[in-house]
Amino acid sequence: MSDSVLRMEDVTMQFGGVVAVNNLSLEVNRGEIVALIGPNGAGKTTAFNCITGVYEPTNGQVFYEDKLIVANHPSGKMKKAYQGMNSEKYIHVKPIDPTPDQITKLGIARTFQNIRLWKSMTVFENVLTAKHMRARQNVFSATFRLNAAEEHRMHEETLALLEEQNLLQFKDDLATSLPYGLQRRLEIARALATEPKLLLLDEPAAGMNPQETEDLGQFIVQIKEKYDLTIFMIEHHMDLVMRFSDRIYVIDFGKLIAKGTPAEIQANPKVIEAYLGVADDE
Amino acid sequence: MDLRKDKKKDMLCTAVALAAMFIVLLVMELTMKSTSILFTVMKKGVIYALVAVSMNLLNGFTGLFSLGQAGFMLIGAYTYSILSMPVSVKMGESVYKYYDCAIGIELGIFPSLILAGVIAAVFAALIGLPVLRLKSDYLAIATLGFAEILRALFQWDAMGPVTNGANVLRQYKDLTKVKIPFTNIQFPPTLFCFLVSGICIAIIVLLINSSYGRAFKAIRDDEIAAEAMGINLFKHKEMSFVISSFFAGISGAMLAMFQYTVQAAQFKTAMTYEILLIVVIGGIGSVTGSCIASFLFIACNEWWLRFLDESSNNILGLNILRSGFRKVVFSIIIMIIVLFFSKGIMGDREFSWARIRAFFARFKKKAAASEGGEPNV
Repeated sequence: MSDSVLRMEDVTMQFGGVVAVNNLSLEVNRGEIVALIGPNGAGKTTAFNCITGVYEPTNGQVFYEDKLIVANHPSGKMKKAYQGMNSEKYIHVKPIDPTPDQITKLGIARTFQNIRLWKSMTVFENVLTAKHMRARQNVFSATFRLNAAEEHRMHEETLALLEEQNLLQFKDDLATSLPYGLQRRLEIARALATEPKLLLLDEPAAGMNPQETEDLGQFIVQIKEKYDLTIFMIEHHMDLVMRFSDRIYVIDFGKLIAKGTPAEIQANPKVIEAYLGVADDE
Repeated sequence: MDLRKDKKKDMLCTAVALAAMFIVLLVMELTMKSTSILFTVMKKGVIYALVAVSMNLLNGFTGLFSLGQAGFMLIGAYTYSILSMPVSVKMGESVYKYYDCAIGIELGIFPSLILAGVIAAVFAALIGLPVLRLKSDYLAIATLGFAEILRALFQWDAMGPVTNGANVLRQYKDLTKVKIPFTNIQFPPTLFCFLVSGICIAIIVLLINSSYGRAFKAIRDDEIAAEAMGINLFKHKEMSFVISSFFAGISGAMLAMFQYTVQAAQFKTAMTYEILLIVVIGGIGSVTGSCIASFLFIACNEWWLRFLDESSNNILGLNILRSGFRKVVFSIIIMIIVLFFSKGIMGDREFSWARIRAFFARFKKKAAASEGGEPNV
C-alpha cells in the first residue's frame, strides 16, 4: 500500500469567468500534517469543497488512498469558456461527482470555516448524530428500538469522545451556547465521530488568541497520534502552521506558488511576495 | 443511576395517564349519548391531531416546508372507502351510478386502513423523487401543486370506475361498523379513533427520538453540515416524506370512517392550510403542541364558537351575530395567539413530567413561603 492518502491532480474550479482554483496538484501522505496557506480569497476553501463533494470541479481528479473519488473535465458550455490548463487530459475518464456524504463515508471528515454546529441540539446530540452514518440499523429497527445495543454503543462512544475532548461537563448545554473556542473543539469532536482517516480542518484557529492557538496545535498533534489520522488544514496563523505542520502548500489566486517544509516556505521569496506584495519602485 | 430511575418513573406516569384517559373515554362512551357534540369534536380532533403530527414530522422536524398533506389524506380516504366497501354495494346502483366499478374486492377495516397508508406512501415516494430536490418555498409550491393534481385526478371522469368520478362514495365500513374482535359488539367509536391515532402518533414520536429523528433534525438545522457528517440528504428527506404521507393517509382513511361519505372536492388546499394552522399554533417542532392545537381548533370551529353564527341570540340588541361571524372571531383569536405566542403554544418544547414536577415544586415553595410568614433569608 502506498503512503498517499490524498492526491489532487490539476483540480480546477471555475465559476463563470473566475478561476477560483487553478490546476492545483498536491499530495498528502499518511500520518502527515499538511497545511494549505494563502492570502484571503486564494481559493483554499474552494479546494476543500472540491475534495469533499460540495463543488463539482471543472477539471481534474482527486484520489483518496489511490482510489479515484472525484473526476471531471470541461464539457458543454464550459468547453469554450475554460481558462485552466490540461482540459484534454481527463477527457477519457468518466466524470465522478459524489455527494458530500459519500465522501465522508470513505473516511474524509471536515470542519467548517464558519462554525456549522446543529443549533437546536445539545453538545452530546451533536456528536451522537454524527455517529448515525456508521450505525448498523434501519428506520424500522431504530423506530421500534430493536437496535438498543447499537444505540447503547453510540451513546458510550459519544460519552468517551466528549470526555477525552474535555467537553463532558457541557454535554447537556446547547452547542451554540459554548464559548467560541470550545465550539471549534466540538466541531472537531463531531468530525472525529464519523471515524475518519483523513481530517480536513478549515481554519481551526480562526478567532483564537495565541495561547488558545498553541493549545489547539498540541491538540491536533494529540488527536493525530491517538486516532492514527492524517491532517490537511487551511490556516492563517503562521506560528501554528510553521510549528506543527510537516509540509506546506501555498496558493495565490488559485495557483500553487510554493511547496515545501516550513523552513523552505519561510525563505521563499514568492511567498513573501504573495503575502506582503512587491516593492513598486527601486 | 438516578437519571435512569427518573426515566422509569416518567414512563410509568405516562402509561398510567394514558390508561386513565382510555378508561375515562370508555366510561364516557358507555354512559353518555353517542350523538353528543363532545364525541364529534373528540373524534375529529384526534384525527386532525394525527395528520398535524405527521405534517410536523416533515415541516417541524425535517425542515421540509411541504403543503401536500390534503392530497395524501385524499388518497388515504379514497383507498380506504373503495377497499372496504362491500362488493354488493359496488355492483349495485346506489353508489356507482354512472360507472361500473372495476374493483371487485372487499377488505376488512384494518387491512384497508393500512393499505390506505401504504398507497399514500407509494404516491409520496414517486412525488418525492422530483420534488424533494427543491428547497423551502419552491418545495411548498410544488407539493401544493401535486396535491391539487391528485385531487383533479381522483375527480377525473376516466377514473370513474375506480373513484366514482366526482361523485360521493358511501356505504363503506364507517366507524359504526367497527366490531370488537371475535365478537359482534360495536367498538366504541371515539375510543377506536383515539387508539388508532394514539398508536400512530406514538410510532412517530419513537421515530423522532431515534437515531433517524436526530438525523432529520440535523438536516433541519444545517443541511450542509448534515451532509458533511455523512447523512444522505435525499435518502433521509424521502424517508421523512414517505413516512409522513403514510400517516396522513391513515388519518385520511379515519376521516372517511368518521364522515360516512367521501368526496374529492373536500380535500382542497384550504384543508392543508387548516392543518398548517394547527401545526403553527401548536408550535413547529412540538408533537404535544400539534395535539393540543388540533383539539382547540376543532372545538372552536365546530362547537364553542357556533353560537356566534346564530342570528337569533343577539347581544345588547346589536344585530352582529349572523352566519359567518364565527370565522371573524376565529381569525381574531388566531391573530392574538400568533401575536402573543409567536412560536406557537408549545414552541418546540414537549410535554414532560419533569417540567410538571418543577412547576408544582415552585408552587409548593411559594405556598410554604406565604404560610410560613417569615421568609428565611
